[in-house]
Amino acid sequence: MILTAQTHLLIVFLLPFIGALLIYLFGKTESIRNLIVITSAALLPVFMLSLAYRFLEGEILGLVLLPFLENTNIGFNIEPIGLLFACIVSVLWPFTALYSSQYMQENGYENLVRFFSWFSISIGCALGVAFSNNLITLFIFYELLSLCTYPLVAHKQDSQSKAKARIYLAILLGTSLALFLPAIIWTWTATGTLEFTPGGILAGKVSETNCIILLLLFLLGVSKVAMMPVHKWLPSAMVAPTPISALLHAVAVVKAGAFTIIKITTYIFGFNLLASMQTEWLIYLTCITLVLASYIALLQDNLKLRLAYSTISQLSYITLGALLAHPLALAGAIFHLVAHAFGKIILFFAAGAISTKTSIKRVSQMDGIGKIMPWTMGCFAIGAVSMIGIPPFSGFISKWYLLQGAISSTQYVAVIALVIGTLLNTAYFVPVLYSAFFKELKEDLPIAEDKNKAPGMIIAIVFAAAVTILLFFFPNIIIDNINALTSMLT
Amino acid sequence: MQIFNIASEINYYWGVIILMMIGFYIVIGHSNLIKKLVGLSIFQSAIFIFFILMSKVDGGTAPILAEEYNIYSNPLPHVLILTAIVVSIATTSLALALVVRIREEFKTIDEKAILEINDDEF
Amino acid sequence: MLAHIPILIVVLPLVIAPVCLLFRSPEISKLLATIVSLFCVVGSLFLLDITFSGTIINYELGAWEPPWGIEYKIGLLGALIATIVSIIGFACVVFSITYNKHEIHEERSNKFYALLLLCLSGLLGMIMTNDIFNLFVFLEISSLSSYALVASSQKPKALWAAYRYLIAGTIGATFILLSIGMLYMMTGTLNMDDISSRLPDVHSSATTQAAFAFLTVGLSLKVALFPLHFWLPGAYTYAPSPISAFLAGTTTKVSLYVFIKFFFSLFGTELTFNEINFEYIMGPLSAAAIILASLSAIYQTNIKRMLAYSSIAQLGYMTLGISMATKEGLSASIIHLTQHAFAKSALFLALGCVIFKLGSANLDNLKGLGRRMPITTAAIIVGGLSMIGIPLTGGFISKWYLIQAAMGADLWLYAVTIVLGSVLALVYVGRVVELAFFKSSDEQLQLGEAPIALQAPVWLLLIANIYLGIFPDSIISVARYIAEGLF
Repeated sequence: MILTAQTHLLIVFLLPFIGALLIYLFGKTESIRNLIVITSAALLPVFMLSLAYRFLEGEILGLVLLPFLENTNIGFNIEPIGLLFACIVSVLWPFTALYSSQYMQENGYENLVRFFSWFSISIGCALGVAFSNNLITLFIFYELLSLCTYPLVAHKQDSQSKAKARIYLAILLGTSLALFLPAIIWTWTATGTLEFTPGGILAGKVSETNCIILLLLFLLGVSKVAMMPVHKWLPSAMVAPTPISALLHAVAVVKAGAFTIIKITTYIFGFNLLASMQTEWLIYLTCITLVLASYIALLQDNLKLRLAYSTISQLSYITLGALLAHPLALAGAIFHLVAHAFGKIILFFAAGAISTKTSIKRVSQMDGIGKIMPWTMGCFAIGAVSMIGIPPFSGFISKWYLLQGAISSTQYVAVIALVIGTLLNTAYFVPVLYSAFFKELKEDLPIAEDKNKAPGMIIAIVFAAAVTILLFFFPNIIIDNINALTSMLT
Repeated sequence: MQIFNIASEINYYWGVIILMMIGFYIVIGHSNLIKKLVGLSIFQSAIFIFFILMSKVDGGTAPILAEEYNIYSNPLPHVLILTAIVVSIATTSLALALVVRIREEFKTIDEKAILEINDDEF
Repeated sequence: MLAHIPILIVVLPLVIAPVCLLFRSPEISKLLATIVSLFCVVGSLFLLDITFSGTIINYELGAWEPPWGIEYKIGLLGALIATIVSIIGFACVVFSITYNKHEIHEERSNKFYALLLLCLSGLLGMIMTNDIFNLFVFLEISSLSSYALVASSQKPKALWAAYRYLIAGTIGATFILLSIGMLYMMTGTLNMDDISSRLPDVHSSATTQAAFAFLTVGLSLKVALFPLHFWLPGAYTYAPSPISAFLAGTTTKVSLYVFIKFFFSLFGTELTFNEINFEYIMGPLSAAAIILASLSAIYQTNIKRMLAYSSIAQLGYMTLGISMATKEGLSASIIHLTQHAFAKSALFLALGCVIFKLGSANLDNLKGLGRRMPITTAAIIVGGLSMIGIPLTGGFISKWYLIQAAMGADLWLYAVTIVLGSVLALVYVGRVVELAFFKSSDEQLQLGEAPIALQAPVWLLLIANIYLGIFPDSIISVARYIAEGLF
């Protein structure tokens, strides 16, 4: 059966929504629910990767869903960056589904029908962001993503969840309504179009200073990329169950933000315009976020919070790469999009596994954990070292490209920030690894001996770790993609 | 005759303004609900007088067709005012019905007292 | 028969209203009201269909030629507003059939429906007519019946709110009457087209300018433009729910339509914007309305009151659009008018479902509403999202066009105000959503959804709003066409 390009694209997009509907209708019993979740999740990468194959073979994959707002439309168009983002999300989704079905059961969570339905819908919204062909489509799915993740963040429904979820939604929706939306409308008013076009649409339409203001509005308005000072939603979202923190807040939601920034800088502003703008102050702002977030991570004892601030810092690497307006920096940013996704998800999965088995949530309690949970901590180590940027892990490649890009575009502040960031990364990860493997277990450790081995969780963690290593040795899948992209853009 | 000459020199529109403002002040300034309605009535009457005033044409006679006369006063505003008076009667009667019911429920028809009872209004 | 639709949709409710009073049984008046409001819906859709292609319908009452006879003139804007009013009227009638057991005595039902039909007739007459005094008459018909409707639940607070509404509304109507008199004085005719052709000759006279001023103040009272909005919170809060929904969606919108008609056709844009520079007064007042009313909404404990303040803020958006003095601003206002009417009425009706089941609309009753009444909660959330302006709801489209119009006219402060209003709306809607989603204590929450007869009107109106949000091209082209014609 040969699918047309449009149908194929539509199937990939609708699959998570159909899955959510099936879960809502039939998911009352646990076994059926797990079956539906894992099957629909597993089908997604199958269709997605075949779609990716078609794109790389040269097919144009575009689809207009409906005309909207006079001369624009809501529609999809596959291009390299979006394809990459969609592939990351769809490949990680089944493993997260596997992990979360075990995690939620082991930790005794309720309301799982609601949980998995909204989880699936959020994945669909993330795909919508990835596939969008213009700013308005992106904005619509971006907002829907914020709304659909709210029930997930507030899942526990206790007073702490309520307070944190309020901050989460307030910041995400508030900044997007107050900053992102006006920036989009400004773009529309100035250029008359919102389509993502290689080379950008703003060149010559907006004055020099207005360009900087517009870029600032976008940077702060797309608060999913967690630039300081609109970053507070990310630590607040850690109140959610760990699978949510893992997929959504290390992969889908934050990557949607980072992806949006990359798309805006390359397809709305364009390399040439960006290179000619005086973006120094914005780069400094990004560097401050990079360094400051790493520093705050150092001070956190709660493991999930430390990982959250680490994520904020790592996202600034991507933003920095996008702002430097240099092909190497952009390559680094895009590669980091991938490397961080896999690396961070290992770390969150491991944190969840540790808290399930031992109810440990703090770094200071993690002495000697590596001895009782060797596979988990081993993968944790792989993820951590990848984030620091040491070979043979994929984080090294992205850092390498970013540094090269920063040096080539003579933004030495960026170079210094990258170096300090790496040092701080080391400072907050290595001691954890050391104490986990080389120190003695604490006496009063609440190990739950009766908890099962939970193989699903381990499989998910190991898979992500394996990809992290593989990407180092076979980076060309992505690098070739990126090179094709940058040659198209410059 | 002298008095008619004087009477025809006065600009009666000033009377309209004065009446209107008196009526308006009573509505806002007094706290007794019935007095407010009296003020509203005066306010509306002022507008009616305005319309009537404008319908008189200089040298015009009553608007009934007759052979000797060729200047008539304008009857249309009178018609409009009849309608408006009917509307004002309906409004006043509705308002009075409301006041009666308010008296039954609140035991007072003083605005200040009612606002104290209804503490969520301003 | 079809040629008489313009007059029929006005006269039929007017005539059937006293017929309702003849019968003691409430069932018959409910039936009559439903049939008549359905007829009005069909009639206005028919008118919309004709005017969509651009024709203007001129209907002479009694076949007397204007300007001596009264003329009904319906263009696309009139047909659009008439459709909105009839659909909301129909939804509220259907809602009230089941709801009235809760607040209105059965024996007073026939009077309730008589008043509702009178109000509907008055509103439709205001839209159709091209004669300024006829406008005043229908304005008073609709206003008087709405005063009585607000008081119809006989609760003490409702009576007081109705009295205040009456005083404010009568002062407003009297100012409008005064301005009508002045316009007649200056032009010698009561027909709007005739006046607009004669007015340019006299527009520098003080009388014309005084007429403009009085009209503005009178209509501002009716439209609840800040600071003449004081009657609205009381009236909307204490009226019975179907009446709150009906008033929120219709009376202020029709008064706004009259505003547009007078400013753009009668006085003309020359006089309004270039000579009197009215936008410098209306603009800041609208901005103040948006910010202050949204802030007040955040502090309310009664949700109906919160929605009333939200209405004042949303009316501020509409008048802000007009005061931008551009075609884009006007078309954005029209889009906002349309989608807000549907969303706000739906919200009031959804709250009516809550009141029907739980007794009152205080914040305490909302706790855990998501568990008890999930479909109603979903309706409140969707309506709230439209207030904020989230994509896929009608609110997003109108906010988009409002901000675009402001940016296009270089009115950056207005754009900031609109955006700020959205963020404030996020706060007060978010509060309701949060309460509904989280339960307060461990009390067992029974599933007790409102009956279908109450749910259906809510979702009818919400679907209309969402339709405007997902397929906005029809309303956008309609609004643009209207704005072109009026400028």
